[in-house]
Amino acid sequence: MEIGFTTAAYVVAAVLFILSLGGLSNQEKAKRAVWYGVVGMGLAALATLAGPGSGLWLLSAILVVAGGVIGIYIAQRVQMTEMPQLVAAMHSLVGLAAVFVGINAHIELGRVLVMDDTARSALDGFAAALAKKDGIEISILRGELFLGVFIGAVTFTGSVIAFGKLAGKVSSAAKKLPGGHLLNAVAAISSIACMAWYLDSGSLAPLLIMTLLAFFIGYHLIMGIGGADMPVVVSMLNSYSGWAAAAIGFSLGNDLLIVVGALVGSSGAILSYIMCKAMNRSFISVILGGFGGTGEPAMEVDGEQVAIDADGVAAALNDADSVIIVPGYGMAVAQAQQAVSALTGKLRARGKTVRFGIHPVAGRLPGHMNVLLAEAKVPYDIVLEMDEINDDFPQTDVVIVIGSNDIVNPSAQEDPNSPIAGMPVLEVWKAKQVFVSKRGQGTGYSGIENPLFYKENTRMFFGDAKDSVTRLLPMVE
Amino acid sequence: MDGESRVAMTPDSARQLQKLGYTCVLETEAGEASGFSDSDYIEVGCEIVDTAGELWDSCDIVAKVRVPVDAEAERFREGQTLISFFNPAGNEQQMALAADRGATVVAMEMVPRISRAQKMDALSSMANIAGYRAVIEAGNNFGRFFTGQVTAAGKVPPAKVLVIGAGVAGLAAIGTSTSLGAITYAFDVRPEVAEQIESMGAEFVYLDFEDQVQDGAATGGYAAPSSPEFREKQLEKFRELAPDMDIVITTALIPNRDAPILWTSDMVEAMKPGSVIVDLAAEKGGNCELTVADEKIATENKVTIIGYTDFPSRMAAQASSLYASNIRHMMADLTPDKNGVAVHNMEDDVIRGATVAHKGEVTYPPPPPKIQAIAKVAKTASVPSPTPEERKAMEIAAFKRQTRNQVALLTVGGALVLGAGLVAPVSFMQHFIVFALSVFVGFQVIWNVSHSLHTPLMSVTNAISSIIIIGALLQIGSSSFLVLLLAAVSVFMAGINIFGGFLVTRRMLAMFQKS
Repeated sequence: MEIGFTTAAYVVAAVLFILSLGGLSNQEKAKRAVWYGVVGMGLAALATLAGPGSGLWLLSAILVVAGGVIGIYIAQRVQMTEMPQLVAAMHSLVGLAAVFVGINAHIELGRVLVMDDTARSALDGFAAALAKKDGIEISILRGELFLGVFIGAVTFTGSVIAFGKLAGKVSSAAKKLPGGHLLNAVAAISSIACMAWYLDSGSLAPLLIMTLLAFFIGYHLIMGIGGADMPVVVSMLNSYSGWAAAAIGFSLGNDLLIVVGALVGSSGAILSYIMCKAMNRSFISVILGGFGGTGEPAMEVDGEQVAIDADGVAAALNDADSVIIVPGYGMAVAQAQQAVSALTGKLRARGKTVRFGIHPVAGRLPGHMNVLLAEAKVPYDIVLEMDEINDDFPQTDVVIVIGSNDIVNPSAQEDPNSPIAGMPVLEVWKAKQVFVSKRGQGTGYSGIENPLFYKENTRMFFGDAKDSVTRLLPMVE
Repeated sequence: MDGESRVAMTPDSARQLQKLGYTCVLETEAGEASGFSDSDYIEVGCEIVDTAGELWDSCDIVAKVRVPVDAEAERFREGQTLISFFNPAGNEQQMALAADRGATVVAMEMVPRISRAQKMDALSSMANIAGYRAVIEAGNNFGRFFTGQVTAAGKVPPAKVLVIGAGVAGLAAIGTSTSLGAITYAFDVRPEVAEQIESMGAEFVYLDFEDQVQDGAATGGYAAPSSPEFREKQLEKFRELAPDMDIVITTALIPNRDAPILWTSDMVEAMKPGSVIVDLAAEKGGNCELTVADEKIATENKVTIIGYTDFPSRMAAQASSLYASNIRHMMADLTPDKNGVAVHNMEDDVIRGATVAHKGEVTYPPPPPKIQAIAKVAKTASVPSPTPEERKAMEIAAFKRQTRNQVALLTVGGALVLGAGLVAPVSFMQHFIVFALSVFVGFQVIWNVSHSLHTPLMSVTNAISSIIIIGALLQIGSSSFLVLLLAAVSVFMAGINIFGGFLVTRRMLAMFQKS
């Protein structure tokens, strides 16, 4: 009876979760959809507490509330520019929880197996479910929890490193230990060996060894990936945290965990796919780090970068009818979004068309720029995706590029030998005039020369993005 | 000077020049004819001197509009810079004098035609004004409307305007004429300007002539002389158009040559009485055979031919402000440090190109600029666009390929599942079905998520992946202390995640505002 009720609650929760993800297809629906997720989660947790998880429910409730207080505190304090690190940090928690739950499942299984029948029949909760399993089911269960722990462990250290890189606590440059990917491969093969050992013996040792190996893989894999590939990394870790939950769901025989894990896993996988597509790189090449390329020398860029001062930019803006702003990670670093929003407001008040062009991999998190602009109160209907806006550049008077580099690099289209050849880019150079707000001369994170800066309709507006835009404000009347 | 109303410095440009660190001096009443009084200049901090001579003596840099007269050239002195129109090709004597005296001369007409130098391209500024004024002048002498109207008293046909030569002046004339409502035709020997002509709202007059298509890029954006055959063809076309045209504006110039005769006397005869011809090439002999420079004449069949050469000066206020800002931009380039000290950097393409005398040497003609005026059109092999049949075939092939891939994937996947089903127990397969369906639902749902909501998507999936709390809740009742501890920590972490994740998602979504 109670179990039936719990299962029913799980079904409702699963439906609510699907609705909450589906609602994100549109900004207005999304505001409602997030409540579906909240209700689904509450329902699932309460049903579990009331049903099979009722042991020590008071402790559970206290812990959830305690965690909740911290969660609320963080969620209210976090700056929108810090979203990438927050997301990464949260992934690490899910990963670690998956490791713990998996190890617990192993310990419980060990305890149950040594019991005799009378003791088994006295069990309740999770242990009772374990007691009913037969030989082959136990092997499968071990396989599942092993997998769950492995993915969870990779997610944990990977997310911690991603967090460190995004928060600037760890150097964002790609670093590998001597041996490179060979180390990862060795660790992965050793983990497989551990799995065979574990399935065979059922002892704790191989599980723990594998956990350590997986910790290492997560650490080393993410250390080897540079800062601007973080959108892929974070969505990949998102995916992993889902798969870890699904694997644990299998081992616990809990369908809700499986459903949610699968949803989250596929969501992260799709995000990674979109990000890779936007960089025209294969998932493997991102994960293995470094750029591909044909090996032939890239085209030489000749010409000079011509600088301009705020007067010049303001004059061009005053004359322009249509303006497109292309923000990148540099805008987030300089915290320039408020100034950009103020500028947008002023230009729009004068009847000019102002729009934003967002490249899928702009920033350090999928959709990062959209959130920053939304925070600064830029209306979302003038913030367009690359595909929506790319055809409009030739009819645009002024493009302002703020803190982005590779996503507006024409060599992606013009130079087949460029490391980023074939990557879809925003074709800003087709506009009548382009201003690039940039801290100084020099190449982007990828070290790729950007011919845009040398084009004849490009003017470099050097300086900190926030200061630069702020200086423009009084000059635009 | 007689007949010159323009001035090389306006109060506005003076203000800008002072920002560059210069002191501005002006001959008294120099701006009067352009509508700027001495007091306007004094107000922005300029000094006014009584005579040009005084000015020449006191200033390091002298900006002028016209080519200096010989008396002025006599005043050149060591280290002085003159910025002016200078006609270097026909002014060797003054050039040599300047070099002799050690003065520097920057000839505004020599500014190379590269994008960076457009802001100081005085020829273009003046040509723009000339083109505009040509239409106004024509309208002044044309007894009818430009635009067609249907009035209560009857229908008025629109005027037909032909613009020959679509350089800066030609394009300005086209723009003015179309905006007055006339039907405008335009011709140019460079077929690549057809697009520009059409973008201004005029109709490009095509010549049926295969070879001898000039590439304007090779000549720095200027027209070059054409072959006799081409010329014949061209005149034939004009002869055909002449009876229909009400206004003809000719702007065809070839650098360093007399203007080509494009509108012959028989064409003028063929035109309707009351028609107007404005010849902007009059200074170089005129494009029309009958043009008299600096005069307006009427032919026997009552066609007015205007051969003025001072169109910019006839719009002195506008011309002065544009020319003054050309000069100002040139000064800005000469003063990289904004400290009032001119640095004559002969490495700079623009400065080098415009300088005709420097440090005791005549530096005309300049070497070709390092940057080409107009990028060469890349000779790309055009891929023939597929015919409808081909496209259909391609679509079918793509569809088939997709089907094949999908079927292969389904077969392999299905076989794997079936194989697993042979060994795995029922309990596993039940969960597996749930898993497979969830992945499928996940893919379908997530593809529809708007790109702009990817960050909220991540934080919400983060929150719901804390569903792992259920696993921990199930285990927390265990009698093993270690299990209890680990489960408790997991519950705690998941708690952070659930509340934090949902809350931050809500916060983000609330920020998305529609305008």
